[in-house]
Amino acid sequence: MSVLNKKRWSPYLAGTLLGVLSWFAFLTAGQPLGVSSTFVRTAGMLESTVAPGHVQSNDYFKAAKVKLDWEWMITLGILIGAFASSRMSKEAPGESVPALWASRFGPSPARRMIGAFLGGVLLIFGARLAGGCTSGHGLSGSMQLAVSGWVFFACIFASGVATAKLLFRGGKS
Amino acid sequence: MIEIEAPGRLLLGLVTGVLFGFFLHKGGVSKYAVITGQFLLRDFTMMKMMMTAIIVGGAGAYAMHSMGWVNLTIKPMLMGGVIIGALVFGVAMTVLGYCPGTAVAACAEGRKDALMGVLGMIAGAVLFAEMFPWLKSTVLALPDAGRITLPALTGMPWWIYFAVLAAGAWLLFRWIGRKGYDHGGEA
Repeated sequence: MSVLNKKRWSPYLAGTLLGVLSWFAFLTAGQPLGVSSTFVRTAGMLESTVAPGHVQSNDYFKAAKVKLDWEWMITLGILIGAFASSRMSKEAPGESVPALWASRFGPSPARRMIGAFLGGVLLIFGARLAGGCTSGHGLSGSMQLAVSGWVFFACIFASGVATAKLLFRGGKS
Repeated sequence: MIEIEAPGRLLLGLVTGVLFGFFLHKGGVSKYAVITGQFLLRDFTMMKMMMTAIIVGGAGAYAMHSMGWVNLTIKPMLMGGVIIGALVFGVAMTVLGYCPGTAVAACAEGRKDALMGVLGMIAGAVLFAEMFPWLKSTVLALPDAGRITLPALTGMPWWIYFAVLAAGAWLLFRWIGRKGYDHGGEA
């Protein structure tokens, strides 16, 4: 079986390759890997189709520059790369109500979809307040030894662990 | 009307992104059980992968920087934005079970909840843009400590940080393994 067909790689191998990929990004694009601003640009593009004037006059969209750029293509690439990896490992389509979620909140797909949507709203809101996400701050910021990156990393762990302990208290351990 | 970068640069982004998505998926972090399991402190896949990427990527980036090959891009340390934003992000990441990049990767596995998360993120970006004037005069008006790095702050050379991180990570993950805390599947 080829290594490309394996379902999972060691996290140390995947992490090493991500590190080398970030060298490539620095060298070829002159900027580190990042994801969350693409959601702002996508939102701006979609909103432009219904209310172009409103988008053009918004200070945040002006600052973030609604454009199709290197970073936007990164996100499209993630979709293609993960699809290729998933197909090559002949993985069954992922369940839409994860077992861990169902063990606490029940098997209702509607409840999971609403939870995921609201989680998504909050996720990008937090990322844009901070100025980056797990990629831009957590990976790229921390590897550049940015104070903002390490503070971000520490804070998401603190609040993630607290949230997980609260949410899953009493669930199966 | 929408600005578009040069085709070569877009293609470069696409190739970089395809590899990014491939590695994220192979690393296993596009799964709810792995992300939320990390915050439950019973699956350390995500932390192992991120620490490895930070040490390998960072040591390389600083080495290339010292040779004048690359520029570093440091994000500002916004006292309000980074801290409050990250605290909100941690809550959201636990509920959603994906971060922005891995949610996109999870969509590629056919997970409908990840797709709902992506739609939520687009809605969240619209909400953020609408609330930006208010945020700018409140949370984002808190002090900005600037684009500071740990070596600049402490005067210690960059390589010490990566050496300490590597030794610390090795000891931590060995201890976690011995204690049997890690239930994450690596195979």
